[in-house]
Amino acid sequence: MKLVTVTQFASPDAAYVALVEARRGLSEPEAAALDAKLVLILANHIGDLDVLREAIALAKPNSASS
Amino acid sequence: MTQTGRTARYTYGYRRSPDQDARAPARHPVIVVGAGPVGMTTAIDLALRGVKVVLLDDADRIGEGSRGICWAKRTLEIFDRLGVGEQLVEAGVTWKLGKVFLGDDLVYAFDLLPEDGHKMPAFINLQQYAVEKVLVDRVLELADIDLRWCNKVVALEQRNDGVRITVETPDGHYTLDTDWLVAADGARSAVRDLVGLGFAGVTFEDKFLIADVKMAAEFPTERRFWFDPPFHSGQSALMHRQPDNIWRIDLQLGPEADAQAEQAPERVIPRLKKMLGDIPFDLEWVSVYRFNCRRLERFVHGRVVFVGDAAHQVSPFGARGANSGVQDAENLAWKLAAVLDGQADAALIDSYDRERAQAADENIAHSTRSTDFIAPHSPAERALRNAVLSLAPHAEFARRMVNSGRLSVATVYDTLLATLDEAPFAGSAKLGAPVPDLPVRTRDGRSGHLLEHLSGGFEVLYVRDGATPSAPDGVKLTVIGEDLIDEQGMFAQRFDASPGATYVLRPDHHLTARLRSFDAGKVDAAISRALGR
Ligand SMILES: Cc1cc2nc3c(=O)[nH]c(=O)nc-3n(C[C@H](O)[C@H](O)[C@H](O)COP(=O)(O)OP(=O)(O)OC[C@H]3O[C@@H](n4cnc5c(N)ncnc54)[C@H](O)[C@@H]3O)c2cc1C
Repeated sequence: MKLVTVTQFASPDAAYVALVEARRGLSEPEAAALDAKLVLILANHIGDLDVLREAIALAKPNSASS
Repeated sequence: MTQTGRTARYTYGYRRSPDQDARAPARHPVIVVGAGPVGMTTAIDLALRGVKVVLLDDADRIGEGSRGICWAKRTLEIFDRLGVGEQLVEAGVTWKLGKVFLGDDLVYAFDLLPEDGHKMPAFINLQQYAVEKVLVDRVLELADIDLRWCNKVVALEQRNDGVRITVETPDGHYTLDTDWLVAADGARSAVRDLVGLGFAGVTFEDKFLIADVKMAAEFPTERRFWFDPPFHSGQSALMHRQPDNIWRIDLQLGPEADAQAEQAPERVIPRLKKMLGDIPFDLEWVSVYRFNCRRLERFVHGRVVFVGDAAHQVSPFGARGANSGVQDAENLAWKLAAVLDGQADAALIDSYDRERAQAADENIAHSTRSTDFIAPHSPAERALRNAVLSLAPHAEFARRMVNSGRLSVATVYDTLLATLDEAPFAGSAKLGAPVPDLPVRTRDGRSGHLLEHLSGGFEVLYVRDGATPSAPDGVKLTVIGEDLIDEQGMFAQRFDASPGATYVLRPDHHLTARLRSFDAGKVDAAISRALGR
């Protein structure tokens, strides 16, 4: 595994709040669009296809998010 | 609000005060409005510092309703200094473990007191009315506190040198003058309205059923919190032990719930049966709450100072309400005493505003985050929250974001009263924070803890290195290695102590200066600075 799943934030709560605040007041489709853009931006920032594939596997409905 | 228990736990009588027959308004150095936990703590702390206090409360009783149950270590340390800490710990249930479940699965567990050797536990659970009873008893022991029940503040006038108030009693109105008025009259503060102040913040839409249930159950003494449990699907639930076989249960009801209807026993009992199964139980108290996070913009207005819920209000996730109020009280008490005694200017009270506003902001931020996590504002926010929960069993970073309440810890004041370190110090003691507790032995061989040996005034801790330093007048000097023996080396560790190291503590046990070697001039300057001089 190359994907880091332990927290890298000094304050995980603050990171969560930043994500919540980004979607405050948005409808579900608007939030989904925001998320899609965030995924693209962060994926590019990671810039590593192996990591991206591992992240996708972790997020897929029948693995982690069942 | 419906109530299934008794209405009043303890009732007290109204007594006419000679002030009511005075020709001119009687004048007092301090009047505290509100005999809740925060007002009583303020009054006791002031009285122990030799300040005479009049304490007014509009009711004749304590213990209506079920409110605070979790008392944090820092609060217990304050109560211990005021003479009631051990009694409360004995009466309460000591706990430090918390568990968070998603459905039936444990996703996250925490242990609140990783540092050992403290006299006080991380938390106790004890009904707020039981704490209030102990505080009233302590108030009644102190001749310097004049506690007046059924005395309601109904009017207020700010004057150049103090405050004039009108008090309503069963015998009619009377007027009082005071140098300082401490408003400890709770979230619906009348004083706040009389001064004309707004109380802005956030109200959360979700409603929560809070039930205290009596049952002989063998559940663990842990804080257990569920997201989406099988017995209360789609919502959250909390269960926590109190003394006398009483259990606190919180059930989230969502924004649409009808608060009135949900309090009816025929609604409550089936909900609890789903959770508790066949265990027989009695309802002690039931209520439905909506929570707020808000604060006054400033806590000091002329000679009126706001403390506790009158100044700031938080949701209960994190147990920061009464706990932070008690810490307000101790921050204010020594400062008011110093001002009344002529040791400091009235401007010192501004540091109360600065320090406790910082604490209030921290508490509000934490409670808001927790409440936002537990009760997301919109489907879009709920989707993110649910994503965190579903990743939590698989990824540590997500577990760390799961937030069912980050429990109250003392604030490290970012304060002008502190003297910046000239030399670096490691250890868990922090400038601006209450000093950490640790085991010590006295000269005559008794074991105990550091905090119980501290005076209520300024104090210098000096690590023996052969010199014979002397502290400024009226300041206690404790020599570590002589007066107190650091038997287990924890002082050395926690204070990063070396021979000669010198620590200056405020009367509220916050560390205000530290030096690598004793220097009378620097100690003096640090104390002056901490007094705002
Ligand atoms: C469900 C719930 C759970 C909670 N759990 C916790 C917890 O676990 N830990 C925690 O720390 N906190 C908790 N809290 C918060 C805690 O109960 C409050 O923060 C605390 O009671 C505040 O204390 P106070 O002394 O500031 O105000 P209060 O307790 O509200 O006392 C104010 C007093 O002022 C009096 N008064 C009001 N108006 C006047 C007037 N005009 N004249 C004279 N007297 C007046 C009132 O009679 C009252 O006695 C919880 C709250 C709720 C609702």
